[in-house]
Amino acid sequence: MTASGRLGETARRAGIASFIALSCSAFALVWASFTNDYSVAYILQHTNRDLNTAYKFSALWSGQEGSLLLWAWAAQLLRLRAAHASQGRRPPVGLCLDHPCRVQVFFLLLLNFAAPPFAIQPGPLAQDGFGLNPLLQYPEMVIHPPMLYLGYVGFSVPFAFALGALMMRYPGEKWIHITRRWTMVTWLFLTCGIILGAHWAYSVLGWGGLLGVGPRGKRLADALAYRHGLPALGHDAGEARHDEGLERVADLLHLPSDYSGHPAYPFGTGLQRPRLCPVFYRRLVLRLHHHRLRGLPVHLLQQKDHLKSENRLESLVSRESSFLFNNLILLTACFTVLWGTLFPVLSEYVQGSKVTVGAPFYNRVNLPIGLFLLFLTGIGPLLAWRSTSLRSIRRNFVMPCIAMAVMFAVCVIAGVRPWSAGDDMQAEIFSLITFTLSAGVITAIFTEFLRGASVVRTQTGKNLFASTVLLVRRNTRRYGGYVVHFGIVVMFIGIAGGAFNQSREQEMGFGDSVQLGSYKLFCQSFTQDSNPNFDTEYALLDVFRNGKKLTQLAPERRFYIASQTPSTMVALHSTLIEDLYVIYEGKNPDTGKADHQGLHQSIGELDLDRRHHRRPWHLPCAGT
Amino acid sequence: MGCPDSDRMIGELRQQVASGLPDSGVLNWFSAKYGPTILAAPIRGGFDNAAWITPLAVFLLATVGTGVLISVWLKRRRPGAALVSIPGHAVDNDDLRERIRRETQY
Repeated sequence: MTASGRLGETARRAGIASFIALSCSAFALVWASFTNDYSVAYILQHTNRDLNTAYKFSALWSGQEGSLLLWAWAAQLLRLRAAHASQGRRPPVGLCLDHPCRVQVFFLLLLNFAAPPFAIQPGPLAQDGFGLNPLLQYPEMVIHPPMLYLGYVGFSVPFAFALGALMMRYPGEKWIHITRRWTMVTWLFLTCGIILGAHWAYSVLGWGGLLGVGPRGKRLADALAYRHGLPALGHDAGEARHDEGLERVADLLHLPSDYSGHPAYPFGTGLQRPRLCPVFYRRLVLRLHHHRLRGLPVHLLQQKDHLKSENRLESLVSRESSFLFNNLILLTACFTVLWGTLFPVLSEYVQGSKVTVGAPFYNRVNLPIGLFLLFLTGIGPLLAWRSTSLRSIRRNFVMPCIAMAVMFAVCVIAGVRPWSAGDDMQAEIFSLITFTLSAGVITAIFTEFLRGASVVRTQTGKNLFASTVLLVRRNTRRYGGYVVHFGIVVMFIGIAGGAFNQSREQEMGFGDSVQLGSYKLFCQSFTQDSNPNFDTEYALLDVFRNGKKLTQLAPERRFYIASQTPSTMVALHSTLIEDLYVIYEGKNPDTGKADHQGLHQSIGELDLDRRHHRRPWHLPCAGT
Repeated sequence: MGCPDSDRMIGELRQQVASGLPDSGVLNWFSAKYGPTILAAPIRGGFDNAAWITPLAVFLLATVGTGVLISVWLKRRRPGAALVSIPGHAVDNDDLRERIRRETQY
């Protein structure tokens, strides 16, 4: 065996040893949680004796130290799998996995010196722990973080292969074929994680429908940008180079904000959270990022010949251009979230005081970017590869333009009139644009299906439905992409529906009722319950619509005994078109009546939440 | 939600609103009492404006810059456009086959 072969074998065995050590550490931490070992500071701070078994397990990722341990473990697991699956392939796997190994060293340094999960609690042994953060005592939180972490670390593998191919100047897009399955599986994990997290944030924090604006969503946007470049490869090998550069830039953007976490995430690792984030750690993250940023231009300059496309863009109005613009816009959205995440730190440095960059910032800044993206989603598939003629533009754009004009008129007739909306003008402008563009994009998608199916029908003589099925089966990547576009449009429509939210706060006694939109809420009774972990009081509200009882909602207010913290459990009546969202804020000691806040949300359950627009402040625990 | 401090703070805000202060007055009073972190977004002017301007600038630079870049590429290419090879004729078929073989073996 050669010297480099021996070195490679040593690295492989070291990777296995590292994985075994991390597995043992994670198991030990879970064991300490189940056995109530309060000599471990992490267990003391994040669990208590009466905690539900599932939440005792999820305590592993409920704090910074445990999160880092889980992250390192998941990263090592996927790295070993990648190494095993790719042995003997080109580009050399050892070279490709060099970058993730460096990242792993960073995490292991953190675990050993900055945020050790097994730090011993000084002083006498406590009889009970301080309890898990009530916000995390929610079913989705048991599975959301591991899914997300697998998605995060999984994308380091395609990135590593991109880098390996770039460094070794491997030709073509073979690295993409090798990592395609990785990309899809990782994409699945990331999607599941973000959906679970969005639902948790929506139900618990009240603004989570747009969780995608946070760092986690940005990673999805990174992934989207990367994944979005792939279909172009069959047409332009130069795009492979573009994607290598893109993935490199995306990774650079994602690092500090992913590792910095979001203030809404107690389990996150926060640049913005001084209590959980020692100065040393912050410096380490920023220094690492600085090195990577400094290294990027040098690296790209060194490889500039290799990065040159073999083909050239032939026209500004072509599908290749639309891919390029689309990916740039996605990266701009990533940058926006990175900027929002780092701005409090910058502000503290420049002005001496920290500011909060919350939901209103992301809603306002990302909306124009999102609308431009929606616009490109619509026109991209209508443009031809290489170059689009004026005749083709006229032919392809007629139907979407008609649909947009019709939708604009329908919206105005239905009452979406920004010019007479007063304070809500901005929200209504965005809603009007979104609905109009969405109609155009959906029409464009259906036109594409219809056009293709008509050709198949002419060729085969089958009916339209069978022809459509055959068409999709013949080109799953293209038509699957259209289905994804349709999903994106539905998401945008849901967000735009936030302009129609209605919110009302009201004290209700027995037999009182309140009207919210088309719903009537009738207060049946209040009751209390208790278990070793928390005391709870809740209201029973009958929900009527058009005089007919729909359901009974039971919004709760809990008091967690170990942490001495109150928390609310929202009651939701969710339909495809709208949601009824009721919060029980507790009894008013002066009147003895219960205070409820109801939110009626139209069109989907994504929440633009005008309450936040109307309140220019945030209360310290309202979203954290 | 479930915040031990929010009820008290909401009460303070209600008092200020009831006292007849305009929205901006309530906002200034509230942020002066609890510091700028109480604001949901950077809206104090000065360096806070950078938070809003920078993403917009990057957005414009990215879109306009890319458009300009593509136009420049196209202008540069135009003089040699006549030299563009016709697939199947000028391209060396052996090279093409070799490339296809290379890129599909895995």
